[in-house]
Amino acid sequence: MRTTALFVTCINDALHPGTGKAAVTLLRRLGVEVDFPDGQSCCGQMHYNTGYRRETARLARHFVDVFGEYDEIVVPSASCGGLPSEAYEIAAEAAGDAGLLRDVRELAPKVHELTSYITDVLGREDVDAYFPHRVTYHPTCHSLRATPLGERPYRLLRAVKGIDVVELPARDECCGFGGTFSVKNGAVSGAMNGDKARHVLETGASVLAAVDNSCLMNIGGRLAKDGHAVRTLHLVEILARTEADGPLAGIPVARSGGVLR
Amino acid sequence: MSKTFMGWPAFPRAAETAVADEQLRTNVRRATHTIRGKRAALVEERPDWQDLRDAAAALKDDVLAHLDTYLEQVEERVTAAGGTVHWAVDADEANRIVTRLVRDTGETEIVKVKSMLTEEIGLDNALEAAGISARETDLAATIVQLGDDLPSHVVVPALHRNRSEIRDIFVREMGRHGRPAPEGLTDDPGELAEAARLHMREKFLKAKVAVSGANFVVAETGTLCVVESEGNGRMCLTLADTLISVVGIEKVVPTWRDLEVYLQMLARSATGERMAPYTSTWTGTTDGDGPGTFHLVLVDNGRTRALADPVGRQALRCIRCGACMNICPVYERTGGQAYGSVYPGPIGAILNPLLKGPDDPQTASLPYASSLCGACNEVCPVRIRFTDVLLKLRSDVAEGDAKVKHRAEKAALKAVGAVMDHGPLWNAAVRAAGTVGAAVPKGMKLPGPLHGWTDSRALPDIPKESFRAWWKRTEGGAK
Repeated sequence: MRTTALFVTCINDALHPGTGKAAVTLLRRLGVEVDFPDGQSCCGQMHYNTGYRRETARLARHFVDVFGEYDEIVVPSASCGGLPSEAYEIAAEAAGDAGLLRDVRELAPKVHELTSYITDVLGREDVDAYFPHRVTYHPTCHSLRATPLGERPYRLLRAVKGIDVVELPARDECCGFGGTFSVKNGAVSGAMNGDKARHVLETGASVLAAVDNSCLMNIGGRLAKDGHAVRTLHLVEILARTEADGPLAGIPVARSGGVLR
Repeated sequence: MSKTFMGWPAFPRAAETAVADEQLRTNVRRATHTIRGKRAALVEERPDWQDLRDAAAALKDDVLAHLDTYLEQVEERVTAAGGTVHWAVDADEANRIVTRLVRDTGETEIVKVKSMLTEEIGLDNALEAAGISARETDLAATIVQLGDDLPSHVVVPALHRNRSEIRDIFVREMGRHGRPAPEGLTDDPGELAEAARLHMREKFLKAKVAVSGANFVVAETGTLCVVESEGNGRMCLTLADTLISVVGIEKVVPTWRDLEVYLQMLARSATGERMAPYTSTWTGTTDGDGPGTFHLVLVDNGRTRALADPVGRQALRCIRCGACMNICPVYERTGGQAYGSVYPGPIGAILNPLLKGPDDPQTASLPYASSLCGACNEVCPVRIRFTDVLLKLRSDVAEGDAKVKHRAEKAALKAVGAVMDHGPLWNAAVRAAGTVGAAVPKGMKLPGPLHGWTDSRALPDIPKESFRAWWKRTEGGAK
């Protein structure tokens, strides 16, 4: 019996619990029983991206202690899910910790971003989801370039019943979040985000989806500040919904059969 | 003295000013998107583009691994071909050497081929201080020089100016430095180019000394190569009696065959052309043909410092095509001057700290002038992994040898880290967030450095129940 753990990420835990719940619901529907080890905290991305490698090593050690025994670890975030393989070896080397280096090499291949886990490990594209709304999708930089998901999220979205998927103009351009970049360089970050929000509005979508809630929080924060009603939702929250749930309350229902490709 | 980047503010402050300048943003956006599109189309037509990138990176890595040997070969071949080689450890020494060489000719007015290195070392100002007037002959470099402006791009230094601004600079300044702009000059690009042509031709024909850089130095023959679009370089390289080329030590390629790789990539990456209109090569001196005296000044100025950094040294592969800045979403909103260096954009964000050391607040701010989106990694013809180098440089600032330190940030992240790897504390912190969240008004402005977030965004709602609290209460959704 394979053991599967959910690493929900600290942002989702505190700010987007709905994403974690949706991940549990969806995985269960697909036949995967996940465990939530409650010693988990943060992957250390903010520390690593700001230059604090020794602090990252400390959180990597914690990550290994919490998740090391599991066969697979599923993460509803491309950036946090990518960090163990991108950063932990470098952090272990910076800390001069050979034991950690060995442990993270063993751990990293077991960590999966959730949507690629569904498509590549479970081999599913149609997950029996129902979401009768107009949706546009922002490929976050991490899911686009660092650990490229390619067409996977689009294939998952297009298999959703009732959905109206519209292309986001200039979709490959960064939203300006960049972790501490959004605070250290607030002006530039805000200008990038303003353009991204404008493109979202151009689509006429009711929902903006992505696989990183951090980027969605950034774009959503701008849309909310400017008084726009577009909802931001992690992709898994769309995939988790079925016909039994009906349409999402408070969001316009897309005309049936109006799927734009 | 013309303007320099001395005393320039750190990136966040310079960027804040730049972002607020609508005209600048429009100009930079239009220019970068135009070049971006042309480049993409020409890269698309090369099925072997990824192989070319591999070759270009590998060749430069070989050169960097054996730089001492290749440089000695260059010195030997250039000397054998009738040139004189000089070595400069830093900007001051390079400027002293060039100033002395020009003085020895007795000339006080010289012409220049656009060169990033001479801008890096501030050669024009050093010559001016010695009573020598050095006039740029590249169109964009001329616009910058006439306007007493600063460059904002490595290939198109006046990219931040539109044509009506250029017209005004020509009308106002040309007469003070030679032939004035024609009467009734409009902002028609053809007319502007003709005005520049007439103004510069006078200088080409008079000048006895020319200063250039080089895009490449071929070690096997001691040949220098300059790639350009306008023909001004060819004029300088052939009409002057004395040619002084000031070149960074990383510009070497081993053989002519290797040059083939880069000549297929440079113009495609830089200007979206298959080949640049002018590719000039010369080897030492030739009797009765071109300059009778040739000096090559090889400059370090921090390159060996960069070479000593095992991650950062890949920045020395750079062929100054500018593709990284043309694709960069940060550069697109700030333009180049915000980076406070003649090297802006992603390459500037890594090269400046590598050359100088991130020991002053401006230089130390550059590795953070990126959202780490990685678009630059994908277009770089020599496969520089910008994001890897940015992260390495951030760690130099955060916990390495750099003299600039962010003590408050370090303390904060350390404190957060201590809670995060302590299970019960972290559990309590996440649960508390919901309680605090209910009390935080959505429109609230965050204090201190965090205002960068709330300036343009609403705060997210903080749910009353965290995921972990839900999991515990419902036993993983079972209840």
